[in-house]
Amino acid sequence: MSYSEKELHDLRKIAATLRGNLIEMIPPGKVGHLGGSSSIMDVVAALYFKHMKVFDDPKNPLRDRCVFSKGHAVLAQYAAFVELGYVSHEDLHKVKTLDGTLQGHPDMDHTPGIEAVTGSLGQGLSVSLGMAFGLRVDKSESRVFCIVGDGELDEGQIWEAAMAAAAHKVDNLVAIIDRNGVQATDTVDNVLPNGMLKEKWEAFGWNTIEIDGHDMAQILEALDAAKACKGKPTAIIANTVKGKGFPFAEGKAAYHNAAMNEEEYKIAQAMVEKMKEEA
Amino acid sequence: MSKMNMRKAYGEALLELGRANEKVVALEADLGKSTMSNMFGGEFPERYFQMGIAEANMISAAAGLALTGHTAFASTFAVFASGRPYDQIRSSVAIPRLNVKICGSSAGLSDFGDGKTHQSVDDIAIMRVLPNMKVFSPADYYETKKIVKAMAEIDGPCYIRVNRNDVPVVTGEDDVFEFGKVREMKDGKDVVIFATGFMVYQALEAAKLLEAEGISAKVVNIATIKPFDAEGVRAAAKGMKAAVTVEEASIIGGMGDAVLEALAEGDADSRVRTLRMGIMDCFGTSAQKYDELLVEYHLTPADIVATVKKALA
Repeated sequence: MSYSEKELHDLRKIAATLRGNLIEMIPPGKVGHLGGSSSIMDVVAALYFKHMKVFDDPKNPLRDRCVFSKGHAVLAQYAAFVELGYVSHEDLHKVKTLDGTLQGHPDMDHTPGIEAVTGSLGQGLSVSLGMAFGLRVDKSESRVFCIVGDGELDEGQIWEAAMAAAAHKVDNLVAIIDRNGVQATDTVDNVLPNGMLKEKWEAFGWNTIEIDGHDMAQILEALDAAKACKGKPTAIIANTVKGKGFPFAEGKAAYHNAAMNEEEYKIAQAMVEKMKEEA
Repeated sequence: MSKMNMRKAYGEALLELGRANEKVVALEADLGKSTMSNMFGGEFPERYFQMGIAEANMISAAAGLALTGHTAFASTFAVFASGRPYDQIRSSVAIPRLNVKICGSSAGLSDFGDGKTHQSVDDIAIMRVLPNMKVFSPADYYETKKIVKAMAEIDGPCYIRVNRNDVPVVTGEDDVFEFGKVREMKDGKDVVIFATGFMVYQALEAAKLLEAEGISAKVVNIATIKPFDAEGVRAAAKGMKAAVTVEEASIIGGMGDAVLEALAEGDADSRVRTLRMGIMDCFGTSAQKYDELLVEYHLTPADIVATVKKALA
């Protein structure tokens, strides 16, 4: 399927709005996972506002599921949930507070729209695989999208899930690797290099597509290609920039989980407005 | 007394559950022949998931199945069903209180030949400490069948440990399993023996030996280890001169500790002297026969008799 310039423009504008929601959650001095939430935001916009089956009722059984295996980037999901009406702007201001509905990591008990408990890295792809099994048993047409970090690929369980998904020919499961190249303390290359990532997923038996994870047309086309692929799961390797959109944070491990200062926050707000204008 | 196999009970109960409820699914980690979940797999291949030797993935995938409305039974040896995927049980299953039912097969010392890597001394303790988890340790074939069926009805995560070997039947086919309640197996006046799993049989044998020596022992079966029936334990201890606990698991953090906690926090009349028997803070070892290990680890009826006398002294 090809997309009109207007569709792409609208989605880019939504992505800018979501990045605005993101910084609203972490005002100056409040620590949050800015880098990894921002790197996946264009994919989140494409999923929730174009590709996935999404309903006003976040429990609608016909919905597609999105699981953040890299649970620390849940702020990106919260940013989308505001626009979907699952949570309010007021909720955003209470992220990670005792009386808030938005926990530091995805928690189904607190937040409508969250599909699984994740945060202990490496588990979300397996949970997504189980969901894909369950939907297949039920002959449901719903599909499962799992956001995996490139640092998270250090976890061996990811590769257990990769093997099992291919073995069971699970084609209602899409793993999207947020390849921003930076993990908590350093670059992925300096911690444990991913190596030939596309070839790895292919070798595990997955339909594998590599894209620019900030190019809306490429994201949508990859998601369509994943849907068209039968008999095997799809891995979309989305090459992204950690902290995308916020120049002071881009590509820096220091902004994996950090607070902005007043000056940075003003720059971030200005960048969001610029992104909306240039969408 | 006839001997029957708890693994067979698990396999049969799972199959019967599968026939009764299409939402029941099962996962295996390349041990389905041993855990006997393959009985389910044979009849319901579309609801049976071979996950390979990858227990972490199996548990989290079970969580995913539960999240789509299924009741997911995941089984493997107890060591690989509890300690190995502990964080997957904690994070994927227990925090969101999902309907994942874990069967720790070949529990305790019952995998006698395979040695310490395969013998679970710690599974009761580590499953018991998990919030939202319910923990079961059936005494025999019939009780295993009833508990597996009950687990499908109970909302939320459950763990059951079952013995590998044919063990004597101590409950009746028509007995009712009461979730969360201890059960008196034999009345007695002097001392109460709290036992779980196959140790219930050992305790009943010990009670016969004690009877011959003029000591009247009550035997209480604790099949539900969590939630723990503290009131039932206190009531059973009331008026006794002493209590003994016996389990085929570490004495640290297991059923015996739960009994001590219940008695210590109870009224004065139930705070009797209590001695614990179990695996004494060590790992297992290989043996040619299960019976050899029961002697080696002091879990025979004679050992229970000796401990009861010590408690009464």
